[in-house]
Amino acid sequence: MSNIGLPQFLIVGAFLFAFGILTVLTRRNAVGILMGVELLLNGANVNLVAFDHYVVRGITGQVFSLFVIVLAAAEAAVGLAIVLSIFHTFKTIDVRAADLMRE
Amino acid sequence: MRIPRKLLAWSFGSATVVALVAIGSARLAPALAAGPGRALAGPVTLSEILFWAIALVTVAGAAAVALSRNIVYTALGLLMALLGAAALYIYLSADFVAVAQVLIYIGGVLVLVLFAIMLTNRIGDVDISNVSLGWVGGSLLMVATLPALLAVATKVPWPSRPGPMEVTTARIGHALLQQWLLPFELVSLILLATLIGAVVVARKELKAH
Repeated sequence: MSNIGLPQFLIVGAFLFAFGILTVLTRRNAVGILMGVELLLNGANVNLVAFDHYVVRGITGQVFSLFVIVLAAAEAAVGLAIVLSIFHTFKTIDVRAADLMRE
Repeated sequence: MRIPRKLLAWSFGSATVVALVAIGSARLAPALAAGPGRALAGPVTLSEILFWAIALVTVAGAAAVALSRNIVYTALGLLMALLGAAALYIYLSADFVAVAQVLIYIGGVLVLVLFAIMLTNRIGDVDISNVSLGWVGGSLLMVATLPALLAVATKVPWPSRPGPMEVTTARIGHALLQQWLLPFELVSLILLATLIGAVVVARKELKAH
């Protein structure tokens, strides 16, 4: 474990965040965009827990990451409900097609 | 459109593998060059190899989320990325967060995502492939973001004395009910509002005739 420090975890977090950005920007599928947002939140979470372990050495970062996980679950539930509603209205979940807020 | 995308996916994947192998061998090479007789910076331990394997799985899953053509494979890539992140939390002595990640993300969010995929796509339809456009903007922003983050991660002299490896569940419980009591209660309110809101938004409108 001696050769593994904070930078290695930050590198993994950076890759998660970058691929999340790429997913959010390139998907046209609403579910795919939501998965990209989950990836972004996970990258941030890895950084939170890593900084907590190597710099703070407490549990504040872990508590914060727990809040992030719970709010990500809430976001996914509401987001997927909206996706289902869009599918009922427009018969597709392509985000370019959903350009009206009413039927 | 098909061949460039496949080419892009392979090039991203191979570049990631090459980068990780390079980082790993940069660690391995001094240990081999120093020989067994000299004092090493530290031998390559099993946990180190495991760490790089887990990191590879995590990054490969994230790449699959961003680059795969089938939305179901995207969800499976997300599964790999989430599992890898949970394993990394164990390396960081965050056992409770790791278990919460598996329970909430994989047991809850991912199943919800798979349900949404199955409910909104006709299986066997062309629609199940997730069309992607805007590769130029997306790749540009990724190229702008990733090197900056990697440079910050590797160049800054971070304090690298790890904290103790210990069970943190009891301490998290105490902190949630003492220091973070108000956010904890607020989160419960948010979850209640989310539950009601999701049901209201997703249900079918029953029109009174």
